[in-house]
Amino acid sequence: MAIQSCVDVRNEWDIVSARQLGRDLAKDLGFSSVDQARITTAISELARNIYLYAGNGRICIEPIEEGNRRGLRIIANDTGPGIQDIRKVMEDGYTTSGGLGAGLPGVKRLMDEFAIHSTVDVGTEIHITKWLR
Amino acid sequence: MYSTINEVIIHNRSSIEEEWKSQMMQFKEDERELASVTNEVYKNSNTEFIDNLLNHVIDGQDEISSDLQDFFERTVQIGWPLSYVTKGLQLFRRIGLKTIVNKKENIDGIMDTFEVFDRSIDTLYEKIVTYSTQNWKDTISVQKKALLELSAPLIPVFESISVMPLIGTIDTERARLIMENLLDGVIKNRSQVVLIDITGVPVVDTMVAHHIIQAAEAVRLIGSKCILVGIRPEIAQTIVNLGIDLSEFPTRSTLLKGIEAALELTNKKIEALS
Repeated sequence: MAIQSCVDVRNEWDIVSARQLGRDLAKDLGFSSVDQARITTAISELARNIYLYAGNGRICIEPIEEGNRRGLRIIANDTGPGIQDIRKVMEDGYTTSGGLGAGLPGVKRLMDEFAIHSTVDVGTEIHITKWLR
Repeated sequence: MYSTINEVIIHNRSSIEEEWKSQMMQFKEDERELASVTNEVYKNSNTEFIDNLLNHVIDGQDEISSDLQDFFERTVQIGWPLSYVTKGLQLFRRIGLKTIVNKKENIDGIMDTFEVFDRSIDTLYEKIVTYSTQNWKDTISVQKKALLELSAPLIPVFESISVMPLIGTIDTERARLIMENLLDGVIKNRSQVVLIDITGVPVVDTMVAHHIIQAAEAVRLIGSKCILVGIRPEIAQTIVNLGIDLSEFPTRSTLLKGIEAALELTNKKIEALS
């Protein structure tokens, strides 16, 4: 099992540290600059969601290996209010905070794999993966 | 009660000093942040430290002496770790209490003496912690101010054309400043075109894009035009992936291209003198 690095997200500056960590790990693994930007942006979105909707949570990043391919997995979890209707938040343009509503569907497009699990009043966990090409 | 402490301390001054100094030398070897300090400087500082501490206890004042206060301030200002002072106080407390317990014949007053000594060290702890946190707070607030001044400048480059170069992370506070400076500057400079340069913005996520779109929309409402410049190729790809719609928004790859476009929009041209 590879080492997992985590950042607690409680304020806006933690978002910056989370994505800095992601960028460093992505660079170490040899991701191209475009993929580095994709990973960093995806982390930024997830961390911001934690900050905006859950108040606090955690972003964990780990290099993974599966067969002969390598990649980076990011796990975002929080114990916030949870998401009522996951299908709806995955629609482009849906927002409850007056934003662009491109966050989660955008993250899905930025990454190779995307899994979300959320229970109302319990919390949300999102796993995303980008494979090295 | 003070007199008993005084007696014990004065009587054993040299042995307390000696033990304290040797343990402080040990501490220097363990503390990496003190590695660059020469032994000579360190010893001089220790001598001053322990003298002041002993005098503080012997005087029996509740308030910290100006010499000690001065010493604390200097150690913080030259950037020695706070642990140097706290370690010194810890050792002094431990050695002092041990000496009092060992040397005092009458066992009845021992708890009182113990407490008085203990409390006099507490005051010192509070002082140094308060002073150094205040020092950090001051530094941070100065830096915050400096950062704020740098955060969203609007620079007039030609008559009716202004540029706002953005460098670094954009958070909510900064987004608000960008909006304010943009609108104020456009009115003040009578700009017809404003170029927002995001070459130095490391990550453009939906929030940053949202703030920029809102700022541009506000600029449009007061009758000017906004051009977004400095979009790096990887940023362009993430913007497309995120599905952010910037089609309403004129963009150019570089500031140079943006200025050319702005000159065109304001019916101006730069010509070489023949």
